[in-house]
Amino acid sequence: MFKKLAIGAAFAIALIPAASNAAGGGEQHIEDFHFSFEGPFGTWDQNQLQRGLQIYTEVCAACHGLRYVPLRDLEALGYSEEEVIAYSAENFEVFDPEEDDFRPATPVDHFPVNDGVGAPDLSLMAKARAGFHGPYGLGINQLVKGMGGPEYIASLLDGYTGEEKEEAGTVLYENTAFPGGWISMAPPLSEDQVEFADGHPATVEAMSEDIAAFLMWTAEPKMMERKYSGFVGVVFLTLLSVLLYLVNKRLWAGVKGKKEH
Amino acid sequence: MSGIPHDHYEPKTNGEKWLDSRLPIVGLIYNTIMIPTPKNLNWWWIWGIVLAFCLALQIVTGIVLVMHYTPHVDLAFASIEHIMRNVNGGYMLRYIHMNGASLFFVAVYIHIFRGLFYGSYKAPREITWIIGMLIYLMMMGTAFMGYVLPWGQMSFWGATVITGLFGAIPFIGDAIQTWLLGGPAVDNATLNRFFSLHYLLPFVIAALVIVHIWAFHTTGNNNPTGVEVRRGSKAEAKKDTLPFWPYFVIKDVFALAVILVVFWAVVGFMPNYLGHPDNYIEANPLVTPAHIVPEWYFLPFYAILRAFTGEVWVVQFASFITGGIVDAKFFGVLAMFGAILVMALAPWLDTSTVRSGKYRPMFKWWFYLLIIDFMALMWLGAQEAKYPYDVFSLIASAYWFAYFLVILPLLGVIEKPEAQPETIEEDFNAHYGKADADATPAE
Repeated sequence: MFKKLAIGAAFAIALIPAASNAAGGGEQHIEDFHFSFEGPFGTWDQNQLQRGLQIYTEVCAACHGLRYVPLRDLEALGYSEEEVIAYSAENFEVFDPEEDDFRPATPVDHFPVNDGVGAPDLSLMAKARAGFHGPYGLGINQLVKGMGGPEYIASLLDGYTGEEKEEAGTVLYENTAFPGGWISMAPPLSEDQVEFADGHPATVEAMSEDIAAFLMWTAEPKMMERKYSGFVGVVFLTLLSVLLYLVNKRLWAGVKGKKEH
Repeated sequence: MSGIPHDHYEPKTNGEKWLDSRLPIVGLIYNTIMIPTPKNLNWWWIWGIVLAFCLALQIVTGIVLVMHYTPHVDLAFASIEHIMRNVNGGYMLRYIHMNGASLFFVAVYIHIFRGLFYGSYKAPREITWIIGMLIYLMMMGTAFMGYVLPWGQMSFWGATVITGLFGAIPFIGDAIQTWLLGGPAVDNATLNRFFSLHYLLPFVIAALVIVHIWAFHTTGNNNPTGVEVRRGSKAEAKKDTLPFWPYFVIKDVFALAVILVVFWAVVGFMPNYLGHPDNYIEANPLVTPAHIVPEWYFLPFYAILRAFTGEVWVVQFASFITGGIVDAKFFGVLAMFGAILVMALAPWLDTSTVRSGKYRPMFKWWFYLLIIDFMALMWLGAQEAKYPYDVFSLIASAYWFAYFLVILPLLGVIEKPEAQPETIEEDFNAHYGKADADATPAE
């Protein structure tokens, strides 16, 4: 099982450097999409995450797994316990070693592993890719714009030109965001492919952003808690610094005289 | 302890006397934290406390992380995700530990370069310097093995490349590499031993830190002037020094708090900035990443390792006179370890009798160039090994060696140092004026 998984993943990942070498590192275009969760004070757009989950379920899940994400975590997207139970049972089957058979998934299970066609697992994709680089390897762009994982995903899904070619029996599709310019994944999204309950438009670009946001959530479900801890810590440590500055100044006042010059 | 004359702990009550005659631990602690410290220490002297804090932080967060981590090739990556998703506060613990390593190295590099500028390595502080270098080496080993534990792509391939360095040693290299890895390639045996050593080495570092502190508490701190504290009498020493507690503890803790504001912002808002995205892909022995890049703190020495290719005449010459035993790969390894060795030998390579770089007009510029050189090497280590980066790397590596092997020995002979202050008190008063209270420390 593990071996098969490893080989499947190997093929999928192998495409990236191989393609980039073949095309001599073609020009990559990563659009700097604006996401609601960016910056120290950004928060999830819950509706967007729900749309993203819907797209994942109806489109991506056919080939890609989310093996590290427990289904119970979906409650964080605003679903009730009953809704999560229903969603799990309706959409996924998992292998139960006790029953020695497949059974409908429950919230205690993870999203299933899906390595059937060698597509990479998407749990951590938003952290495993960098959209922004440089300049000159200095890392300033990543500092200003962020690492760009979700931007990379959205740009990739929205980056198909419609051109395709066959190479060694594999059909490759031209993509402006993929390193090297040619990807083996067929364009997964098309206009109005998914119908949203809230009537949100389902253009390819809008869906690309939704799925990118959802995958950022699967990669870093605790992002809001983390930023909150960060904010509280920074405020308290700043306060502590000010107090310690005053203590230090007072302490040394008796030792330091007035500057003579 | 010998050293600067100062007031020692005197047990007063019967209870204190009882304890002191059996275990003089209170006296030891008292003498350690009340040590007379040159009062002119500037802000470059705060990094020791930051380092001690980092070591404690890494040990504490590390011990908790171990409670949830599984060192097995099939489970390690998933157990990290378990920590990130299911463990209470696990995402903070792990990001603090991850970025704590970076803070540790920021601090150690500034600490080392502070020592290099102010001549803290010179007699009588050579042992302090050597112990410090050992701590630094152990830190590198610990950080490297820690980076392998999440079992991501960079973990695996970083481990493959770095252990491969030992394979470059002539004759016995392959055997050493196999022994280190516990098998022919990086695998479960490697992960397990790295986990074991990653847990062990921080405690060895902690022991060395005690020796490091013991050594400089014996010689006394260096200071920005490099002029020694007067030791003729207690009164004389008091004019040059202040007790470590409270003056320097409060000062250092204030600086630490400011540094932690930045650290906490990094952990909270951009915890993956210093990491590599590839490490969020599980290790896969069948797929080599496009670029294998070590963590930022290894980059300068990684650049030196790669700089010496088979096209460099020095390498060809070494290969020729050793009959091919020293090939380009082995030469690179020697250069990398040599770069740290020459730094460790600074106390004997520097011929100048003046300690502080403040009073050395020529040394200053060569030192600043060394800082730029170090930064350049760090940048070059992350670039692809091709023109023009290879040429730059070679020049930058050459300067690193030239600084220690040529410039430091020569400067002592040709440089004419500027006048140094007679005493630390004189330097302090020149900056801050004479205190109104006639320098009576506030108790």
